[in-house]
Amino acid sequence: MTETSQPRAVGRPLARLEGADKVTGRAPYAYEHPFDDPLYLHPVLSTFARGRVTGVDASGAEALEGVRAVLTSANAERLADTEDREFAVLQSEEVAFHGQFVAAVVADTPEVARQAAGLVRVDSERSPHDVVLTGDHEGLYRPGSEDGPASDTEQGDVGAALERAEVLVDHTYRTPTEHNNPMEPHTTVALWEEGAQRLTLYDSTQGVHVVRASVATVFGLELDQVRVVAPHVGGGFGSKGEAHAHDVLAAMAARALPGRPVKFALTRQQMFCLVGYRTPTIQRVRLGADRNGRLGVLVHDSVEQTSTVKEFSEQSAMCSRWMYAAPHRRTTHRTAALDVPVNFWMRAPGEAPGMYALEAAMDELAQACGLDPVELRVRNEPGTDPQSGNPWSDRQLVRCLREGAERFGWYGRDPAPRSRREGNWMVGTGVAAASYPHLFNPGSVARVRYGDDGRYEVGIGAVDIGTGAWTALTQIAADALGCSAEGVRLRIGDTDLPTASVAGGSSGTSSWGTAIVTAARAFRAEHGDSPAPGASSQASAAQDTVDEGYAVYSFGAHFAEVRVHADTGEIRVPRMFGMFSVGRVVNPRMVRSQFLGGMVMGMSMALHEESFRDPRHGHVANGDFAEYHIPTNADVGDLRVDWLEGEDPRATPMGSRGVGEIGIVGTAAAVANAVHHATGVRVRDLPVTPDKVLG
Amino acid sequence: MEATITLYVDGGRHDLTVDTRTTLLDALRDRLGVTSPKKGCDHGQCGACTVLLEGRRVVSCLALAVAHDGARVTTAAGLAEEGRLHPVARAFVDHDGFQCGYCTPGQVCSAVGMLEEVAADWPSHVTEGLDAPVRLSDEEIRERMSGNLCRCGAYVNIVAAIREAAR
Repeated sequence: MTETSQPRAVGRPLARLEGADKVTGRAPYAYEHPFDDPLYLHPVLSTFARGRVTGVDASGAEALEGVRAVLTSANAERLADTEDREFAVLQSEEVAFHGQFVAAVVADTPEVARQAAGLVRVDSERSPHDVVLTGDHEGLYRPGSEDGPASDTEQGDVGAALERAEVLVDHTYRTPTEHNNPMEPHTTVALWEEGAQRLTLYDSTQGVHVVRASVATVFGLELDQVRVVAPHVGGGFGSKGEAHAHDVLAAMAARALPGRPVKFALTRQQMFCLVGYRTPTIQRVRLGADRNGRLGVLVHDSVEQTSTVKEFSEQSAMCSRWMYAAPHRRTTHRTAALDVPVNFWMRAPGEAPGMYALEAAMDELAQACGLDPVELRVRNEPGTDPQSGNPWSDRQLVRCLREGAERFGWYGRDPAPRSRREGNWMVGTGVAAASYPHLFNPGSVARVRYGDDGRYEVGIGAVDIGTGAWTALTQIAADALGCSAEGVRLRIGDTDLPTASVAGGSSGTSSWGTAIVTAARAFRAEHGDSPAPGASSQASAAQDTVDEGYAVYSFGAHFAEVRVHADTGEIRVPRMFGMFSVGRVVNPRMVRSQFLGGMVMGMSMALHEESFRDPRHGHVANGDFAEYHIPTNADVGDLRVDWLEGEDPRATPMGSRGVGEIGIVGTAAAVANAVHHATGVRVRDLPVTPDKVLG
Repeated sequence: MEATITLYVDGGRHDLTVDTRTTLLDALRDRLGVTSPKKGCDHGQCGACTVLLEGRRVVSCLALAVAHDGARVTTAAGLAEEGRLHPVARAFVDHDGFQCGYCTPGQVCSAVGMLEEVAADWPSHVTEGLDAPVRLSDEEIRERMSGNLCRCGAYVNIVAAIREAAR
């Protein structure tokens, strides 16, 4: 256990250091670095969900002036390692999902590339496909690997406890397929230098070193033959947390056309097949309690899908392992591998859908027991972590609930559903808890160098996907070095800098910040307080900063007011309030934005987002922003957040925990619970839309 | 088919030859290297490509370059004068009206164009009456800025920024 550093820069609401570059549009994203004489790639996607390509006729495309190459499985290079089958691009004729790459055109202009892609004729032999997840799907199996978290857990005697429960809530909650949809489409610009045998990728990614490792493996290159650059990234929300097939395709095209950068930006529509999404979930939650609302048993069974290409398990029932006290408990996950694109991380994978189900069920239990939903949660507060028995490092759920309730104006509400009406609007309020585990990724390295100009250059291959890493890491470095924020020149977003872990799992600031603090201490130990220009130290973060004897989680509470129109079922959210506990806040301005943004996405999950997979063809039928709805400015009302002051030295040397995901966790339940309070209608399948409320 | 056109972008004159299928957005980004306007959807659904075309906000992905020969285009980069941020852009920084920044140049251009529309008393869906002077309430800002999506969910801060810049 190390002491937290004395904060001077940390805790200050500095504006984003790259702010001026972003508001003018000068900050370069992947597509926008200056390139000489670039080529443009446009892919051809499969239009069926399962089968094989029997022939590709590229003659029409090749006849167009300006077409430089048409890549197919017949002429594409054989990759060195395709153990990760998502990366096995154009390696066989087999098609495993609708939207898989089956060819690609590279041309001098984007218009010609796109036109030529439309001229590529693909013949196929199609097989019956299976793209619909059901709760009793015959292919369901227990997912996971030996080294991952257990898919199933069981404590006590669940069967007996369910039988003797005085109050039993037993419902199934469904969440749909959801797509991350960062505003910047996934983009890779790839350049292969034949002489140097060197591949450079300008990539829209959450982890430059992560992408480098995958791409080097796939092409059989050494790590130092691959450079990945990402100074600014237009959002990711998990979908840019790993390389995807487009990185491989762009690199493949670049290697086929050495010396010219190949620019490949996915279209918004292509993003619905190729860069991950959140699996639909079917979650049965059983809560058995006494009449006073004390839980005796909690069972959370989640059914999810994955692709036949590779497994990704969402782990939605995990949250039920630590949220509430109950002597008897079971959580299970079952997965079916379908003929669908590869699913992957989407903001708070597991917790976001899981806490919707659990917190909606808790609302139903409160109603069944005649208890205030805040009080029900307080009564089931566990003194120690129910799964490990370890003490909590800093569990502040009850304070978040109570202070949040005061601030929101929760108390004094008539608990009866459909009890408040203003004109044609039915008005209700809802609450839900939030939680997210503190994650730390080992392996990050930072370098500190004292420059000729008297500033400290701090380098680490971290990525700012909008989280504020440029600014937050500068603040952490300033305190660790005992200088002002202006005395630090941060460099991130490049594999030429020391290794950094992914910007994912709300772990970035914790993992990178720890590496920076470690490197700063090494620098002072080696070079003292008056270093010579050019003095430099490099150090890696400890394997894990988290105190093993403790359960380290963040907590929060969401409150929502909704108005539902009695005639049309239109649902509005005039007010939301979120109260959080995340340890020490590194930059209040940007942490506030993270919470606000997470809550907007959670409200969106509650009311807007659903990808409709057409069972006939296996594609998402509403794959663009006209039909896949996310909130507009007019959908967001009086949204406020606050947090408890604190620090958690058991989590990181900065005393901070992650903040990127907790804002989306539980929000959907708070909104759906408020809709029930307003209308008396309990919608158990997201999104809550007017037809379901009126139906 | 190609055509030669002239565009005046952020005060500079550009003569260029474009494929007649080239959008104004692609002409700016791919031909002129003006990457301030962003491509988020290419279908006019997200607003990231918003620029001021002859002073009015448009989504440049839905405009064909060849149809705007001789036009004056202002991007978020061109709103800055003598190295000083435009007041709307400044307010976006001060109020943290963005996170990833990808929708931001479009938001800024849209806000600048929108404030001109309000000054000209153009009504919106939420304006009471068609002839009354428009008062810039938060509700008006939200409504008028709803053509610009922000997946980071910075809307609360965007409204605050525009409210301040409009003072």
